Amino acid sequence: MYAQMVQSTGKGVKTRAEMTEEEARFQDRIDAGEKIEPRDWMPEGYRKTLIRQIGQHAHSEIVGQLPEGNWITRAPTLERKAILLAKVQDEAGHGLYLYCAAETLGVSRDELTQDLLSGRMKYSSIFNYPTLTWADMGAVGWLVDGAAIMNQVPLQRTSYGPYSRAMIRICKEESFHQRQGYDIMMKMAKGTPEQKRMAQDALNRFWYPSLMMFGPSDADSVHSAQSMAWKIKINTNDELRQKFVDQTVPQAELLGLTIPDPELKWNEARGHHDFSQPDWSEFFAVIQGDGPCNSERMEARRKAWDDGAWVREGLMAHAAKKAARKVAAE
Amino acid sequence: MSTEWPLWEVFIRGQHGISHRHVGSLHAPDAEMAMKNARDVYTRRNEGVSIWVVEARHITASSPSDKGPFYEPSHSKVYRHPSFFDIPDEAGHM
Ligand SMILES: [Fe+2]
Ligand SMILES: [Fe+2]
Repeated sequence: MYAQMVQSTGKGVKTRAEMTEEEARFQDRIDAGEKIEPRDWMPEGYRKTLIRQIGQHAHSEIVGQLPEGNWITRAPTLERKAILLAKVQDEAGHGLYLYCAAETLGVSRDELTQDLLSGRMKYSSIFNYPTLTWADMGAVGWLVDGAAIMNQVPLQRTSYGPYSRAMIRICKEESFHQRQGYDIMMKMAKGTPEQKRMAQDALNRFWYPSLMMFGPSDADSVHSAQSMAWKIKINTNDELRQKFVDQTVPQAELLGLTIPDPELKWNEARGHHDFSQPDWSEFFAVIQGDGPCNSERMEARRKAWDDGAWVREGLMAHAAKKAARKVAAE
Repeated sequence: MSTEWPLWEVFIRGQHGISHRHVGSLHAPDAEMAMKNARDVYTRRNEGVSIWVVEARHITASSPSDKGPFYEPSHSKVYRHPSFFDIPDEAGHM
């Protein structure tokens, strides 16, 4: 997902008997569906896990602009260019909503940025894959935003108020993202044989990386168990992945494209599709920094930060000067 | 010198006739930039007809631990609600 393998406390979920009075009252509020707000009491583990999760989510929105930004100047029509620009701008907004939510937990924006640039914090594995053709803009909107929506819709109900509100705003905007991607795929898939080949090739390359977005199975993870008890994670990775596959198969059929998985078939007894797992060793390599575009992405973020330094400093100096002049005039 | 821009809270009036509502926050060096950033971040789809920005440090907030005692004075004053009074139906709409 946009936040993958987020480490929680690392210990199992505490039983009621093991909880302090404050922890028990906190858990009661969560169980009752109450929202936790920034100034409310919360366990340190809850705060730290949320900073990791929301921070990683925010970084993903920001780094996620790069593979699509790559095609803005090369979009096939002016209309497609304007649409893609609006979509990428939305992703910048998503990053900002999420950074603000993380900041309510007592971490600063600059700290979060530094943690991304130093590699201490991660972003989603999916954005370390290249976007080679225009059809990739279709595949990204359809599959990558589609997978993100799977995770973000339930997170609207998360226990932390600012995170939940950011998710509600984001979800309102995401369906435009997925639809514009599918619209590109429809055009390509119904186009010339060469365009259709490009669409199929994009699906071939993005299918397994999209399945990886949900992260490895976490059915037995203590981190996930704690996050679920705190309602900062709502579904298991496998549940969301299954839902994504079931939703996407008919969409691929409608396009006349083939999902690159010979094992993919409807399982009547389960009421779901059976499908092949992605290559998890590839996933771990990408997370460790060995994906096709990791260094390019980090390089772009570092350059943006360094090149923007004079703007950040200059505008602060200008604001200070203006404020001083105003005081002097009074 | 720290160059981290201060935090601003953003309030938007969604339509004519309703109050401004808190929608989120952002960083900006001054009020003018905060206003422009608020427009770009929070009104990309015509969400507002008016924007307020307030630097976060100027906001005084009630503390969560006050929850009980701070609002307590109103608990015992049920007569502030119209339903406290029994008025016969014959009196008509009131
Ligand atoms: Fe997004
Ligand atoms: Fe998106």
